[in-house]
Amino acid sequence: MAVARKIPELTGRPTTFCPGCGHGILTRLLGECLTELGQDHNVICTIGVGCSCIFDTAYQGDMIQAPHGRGAAVATGVKRALPDVVSLTYQGDGDAYTIGLAETLNAAYRNEKISVFVVNNCNFGMTGGQMSWTTMPNQVTATSVHGRDTALTGMPIKVPEMIAGNFQTAYVARGTVTDAKHIRELKGYIRNALKAQIAGEGYSLVEIVSPCPTNWHMTALEAIDQMEKEILPYYTLGEFCKRGGKQE
Amino acid sequence: MSEVVVSESRCKSCGFCVKNCPKGAISLAHSFNSAGYKYAVVDSEKCIVCGICYTVCPDGVFEIRE
Amino acid sequence: MGDMIKGNDAIAEAAVRAGVQLYAGYPITPSTEVMEYLSWRMPELGRTFIQAESELAGINMVLGFAFCGKRALTASSGPGISLKQEGISYISKYRLPCVVLNVVRYGNGLGSLRSGQSDYFRDTRGGGNGDYRCIVLAPSSVQESVDLMYLAFDLAERYRIVTEVMSESALGQMMEPCEFPPMQELTVQDWALDGKYTHERRVAFMENYVTTAHENNARYEEIKEKEQRYEAVGLEDAEYVFVSYGIPGRVTHGVVNELRARGEKVGLIRPITLWPFPEKAFEQVNPNVKGFITVELNDYGQMVDDVALSVKKKLRTDIPVYCLPYVFEMVKRKDVFRDFEKIRQGQWKEVY
Repeated sequence: MAVARKIPELTGRPTTFCPGCGHGILTRLLGECLTELGQDHNVICTIGVGCSCIFDTAYQGDMIQAPHGRGAAVATGVKRALPDVVSLTYQGDGDAYTIGLAETLNAAYRNEKISVFVVNNCNFGMTGGQMSWTTMPNQVTATSVHGRDTALTGMPIKVPEMIAGNFQTAYVARGTVTDAKHIRELKGYIRNALKAQIAGEGYSLVEIVSPCPTNWHMTALEAIDQMEKEILPYYTLGEFCKRGGKQE
Repeated sequence: MSEVVVSESRCKSCGFCVKNCPKGAISLAHSFNSAGYKYAVVDSEKCIVCGICYTVCPDGVFEIRE
Repeated sequence: MGDMIKGNDAIAEAAVRAGVQLYAGYPITPSTEVMEYLSWRMPELGRTFIQAESELAGINMVLGFAFCGKRALTASSGPGISLKQEGISYISKYRLPCVVLNVVRYGNGLGSLRSGQSDYFRDTRGGGNGDYRCIVLAPSSVQESVDLMYLAFDLAERYRIVTEVMSESALGQMMEPCEFPPMQELTVQDWALDGKYTHERRVAFMENYVTTAHENNARYEEIKEKEQRYEAVGLEDAEYVFVSYGIPGRVTHGVVNELRARGEKVGLIRPITLWPFPEKAFEQVNPNVKGFITVELNDYGQMVDDVALSVKKKLRTDIPVYCLPYVFEMVKRKDVFRDFEKIRQGQWKEVY
């Protein structure tokens, strides 16, 4: 007997994300988790700049378009104003880990009771595929046309590990969208992050490693293969800080 | 009677459903939806209404009805 | 008469009395005491104090907090206010109220720690991207700092506009006796976000820019009509009118008093709102006035441009407008006497 499944109303409107973009999965999972947790009328979403802006076509709740990178600071202001409302951010790797690295880390440092969701697709997508701090070694992007030279630009940054390893936070995890099994695990991570906030435990962050077929210059299915071959071995999945404050 | 209902207009031909369907019940149509994409088509003979297509679809194309 | 209190402490307490619910900011001389005061005063009252990691984070916390309809304040100086410009542009776009306190310090880049008036252009024109205006209030005494900070939140909410209180280093540090207004109740604006999507959503790219521009312009015209504030001395018979704000304005007031006591026909316009600029004051000036003279604490003169525009609008274009810029050192009366004499002797070229 099948379980009825329908895209939740909170995030149910059609979007203009590219075909095969991982944002669409996160959009649906956020809608499902918020609705299942009874928070769909108790949430303010702070949106980053980039492909994240497109979330506003799907999402029907209260939202704030934050300046580029500042999502964690804006979400902090929201949470301090309305402590009983779920305050979450919806950002990309360019937004939260590059220009916004200070705000993302400092909110974790202070253990602000917000939930930060970061779609990591290894480039600045909306502006046409420039290198971001999570771009893989030798990955060709619009600003690394011969492939990323990590000797000059650094190795791809691992922010969940950085936060879990250095700050007292409530929950930190990394998931992905490559198949049904991973998507179900990711949904569990998102639920944990939101539940940590609802229970007042502190800062939560979930990174979602995602395909970007358009800027990787591949089909959607080729992008999934690329992730399995090269990206996921580097960006390992799992819970780096579990609820209850245990560090991984 | 359980079934999978497809919203053709939402489909962007990414192919995740085709790849992940355990019964190979999904294919992409030969014709286009209004956005110019070849939309997903479910063969109800093969479909076991497992819901994996709903899970892997980024665009909310599938609805599983009991 | 109230007790002696330091300017920065007084202005912080005034914000508390006005019902501020969030302070988010970063230390920078000469505004730091505001944050230090609020670091214990806000928690004492069960309100929110956040020492942010940067001025940039501070203004963004104010953005999020103000979106939820509650009074929010940030304070800084010089380069710190420069960091806030992006946030101020966003807050203006969303038509949110908030108060930004600029305890001005002279100079470019790191600048200095002394009083200056080198931020006039940036703060009256808006230093962030886009078309927007902020109300700018310029006190010249500790009491006036308190009164204007208290007023700033009301103006910000009445017009849904960023309101800057432009204090200055000397004013923040000096002590004067001061009376405080009563404690206001804490409020939430009815248009605020509450998580329940009660009100119209504000999202990127979806608004009608033409409609918004017309609405904003109407709002700014209303502010210009109703909210100009200034102090005027001796305008009816003045041959020369000084225009100066802040502590330099106070010094110039002393100059004008002394000259008038000697029978000299001079006047003063001391702007209290820098935006909206007090054009109405110029309507009161003797039509036979011989010249306007700004006394400013900066390198090349900034307010002189607005004086020239007001003179053109309200009087005639052939009246000379002079500028006496005093660099780095606080202007003294003897400086103004000396340089006013040069103007009268024709030894000082007018700017307009």
